[in-house]
Amino acid sequence: MSNHYNNGGRAGETEQMAQPQCLKVFIPRDYSEGTIVKFKNSFPPELEGRLERQTFEATINRLNAYFAEAEEASCSTYCEGCLACLTAYLIYICKETHYEKCLRKVSKFIAEQNERIYEPRGLKLTDPIMRGLRVLEISCLDRPPNA
Amino acid sequence: MTLIRPNLPDLCRSHISGTNMTMAQDRVTRKWEIFQGRNKFYCSGRFMTAPNAGVFLLTVFLITGTCTLFFIFDCKYLAENVTIAIPIIGAFLFLFTMSSLLRTSLSDPGIIPRATSEEAAYVEKQIEVTNSANSPTYRPPPRTKEVLIKGQTIKLKYCFTCKLFRPPRASHCSICDNCVDRFDHHCPWVGNCVGRRNYRFFYMFIVSLAFLAVFIFACAIAHLILMTREDKQFLEAVKESPPSVIVAIICFFSVWSILGLAGFHTYLTTSNQTTNEDIKGSFTSRRGHESFNPYSRGNVCLNCFHILCGPVTPSLIDRRGIVTESYRTEVCQPTTEPPVPLTNYTVKTPNGPNHITMNTTELPGIYRQTTETTESNAGSVTHLVTNEHPVAIAPALQRLSEDTSNHYKSQPTLNHSPVYNNIYPGSQTLSKSHSYAENINIQLTNGTDKKQTKINVEDLHLDPVVLRENHILANMNERSKYIDSKLDNDLTAPEKENNLMSASRLKLLQDTTMIESALDLDSLEDSSVGANSQAGLMKVLV
Repeated sequence: MSNHYNNGGRAGETEQMAQPQCLKVFIPRDYSEGTIVKFKNSFPPELEGRLERQTFEATINRLNAYFAEAEEASCSTYCEGCLACLTAYLIYICKETHYEKCLRKVSKFIAEQNERIYEPRGLKLTDPIMRGLRVLEISCLDRPPNA
Repeated sequence: MTLIRPNLPDLCRSHISGTNMTMAQDRVTRKWEIFQGRNKFYCSGRFMTAPNAGVFLLTVFLITGTCTLFFIFDCKYLAENVTIAIPIIGAFLFLFTMSSLLRTSLSDPGIIPRATSEEAAYVEKQIEVTNSANSPTYRPPPRTKEVLIKGQTIKLKYCFTCKLFRPPRASHCSICDNCVDRFDHHCPWVGNCVGRRNYRFFYMFIVSLAFLAVFIFACAIAHLILMTREDKQFLEAVKESPPSVIVAIICFFSVWSILGLAGFHTYLTTSNQTTNEDIKGSFTSRRGHESFNPYSRGNVCLNCFHILCGPVTPSLIDRRGIVTESYRTEVCQPTTEPPVPLTNYTVKTPNGPNHITMNTTELPGIYRQTTETTESNAGSVTHLVTNEHPVAIAPALQRLSEDTSNHYKSQPTLNHSPVYNNIYPGSQTLSKSHSYAENINIQLTNGTDKKQTKINVEDLHLDPVVLRENHILANMNERSKYIDSKLDNDLTAPEKENNLMSASRLKLLQDTTMIESALDLDSLEDSSVGANSQAGLMKVLV
């Protein structure tokens, strides 16, 4: 099906507008432990030879740890929730939630990983929040989409 | 059947043709402005509601109206004669209720943003099944995926609108046209979906409203009774303070449903279920098949705590975010957009973009639950069955639209394609008896016009529509019996030739008419389809 999208007249037109197209690999979510945000750490075959398996797994595990921290059912998050409930949720107007703080950490981590590990190898991670926490997108900047 | 999404392609087109123009305007476009769902946004994206907020305004009006009457008439009396605590408690409850209500209706319920075209293509490639080259049929990839959550198998369905496999517990809201995480239900009273992000607000709203209603009802009754104590007849008391009676009546009638709802949602909260799951009976064991709720935290208190006070996920749609060039291309890149002329002959409804409509000239839709889907390979929901060729509707469509509009004729992809070749004799025969055909056309178009309102595809959670020429022909035959019985023979001729339809043509159809994606395939639970004898159910609308 994917080839077929690229043949469409208008699709082609818009593609010219796009950034240089490149191969993108999407790491899906791992739902084995429920709906908490967790990405699968199975190594995608497309990245074979460009990235060590351990490096990839380390990144994913670290990322999962950040999200686990964000969704952790700890005392402080419960207190935060109760406080918000008691103030009729008006507190959310002025206070950043624990989750948002963790997401900032994730963004920082992604940026740092990109700079240190991925960009030197022609790869680029996209912050999962940009993709609705559904997938982790890894772009191979120097490879055409159908390579 | 087509999917109209004027918004998106238009945006893209104008963007392509007028990049310089947009640059010159030097205006920041925010993401909510090119949001693909049907939600409405206010205050430059700070607030959002579902498309029709009429009932929500009614809710607000009812609550504020009743409370105003209560505060003016009953509260004054009770504060003077009983205790000052009554207005204080009333005000607190009212503020809490309104705050939760506004939070529920104006915030993001947990919308899952649609997949970018690249992601959709990648997923498509992952699930592709190998079709043997000389096979006469095209096997579409499976549209469901099974995952194991804490030992429980959960079926993930592919959402054709959002181009993603819906995460567990998520569902597509047909009113807002979005996938919503932990979808509970779409509540018209609060004018929004109730999902993961606003369920706690909704629950608090329901509970506080129940308290408020009971409180006001009790106060209004107390007011009337206290007045009768002062040597007045009850009727006199009523005459003296009619608003109390109005308030009491409103509360009396609303309190039952609110209490029931509060109780129901308390049960759901304690068992960590959603209304959606409860109605579908997702976690009830059946046919000896052990089933449990894998999302439950194991204990009533923990479930409550987690749902009402647990961490809040931030909004994923980032509606106030600024649209960058790359974001626009990601979003706007149309992958399976129908060809442009196709939209011309469809009816635009006031409900806004992305609305699925039947077109007036189109033959009435035939909805049926295909038996084939349940026994299909790899659980594919969108299985087009060998002898069912939706392409065959094309000539019928063309014939019908000949009289009313020529748009379909100008549709290049369909006309230049070999689609008609195999059914050509059929249409030719028809043109011989053109006068009859014309009669049928008029009748059919009239018929469809009348039935237009009834054909509401989006609300029916059915399996994909499979349009068969012989169905249509059957309809036409029914009508033509009154005109000429000869036509029957003529019309059944092409049916036999349909079997020669090749896979490529089916594929072409999918791309031109989007039969598949025009429908939201949030179908019934497969098991329930199997259990009920809904298989083969036909709903012929003529």
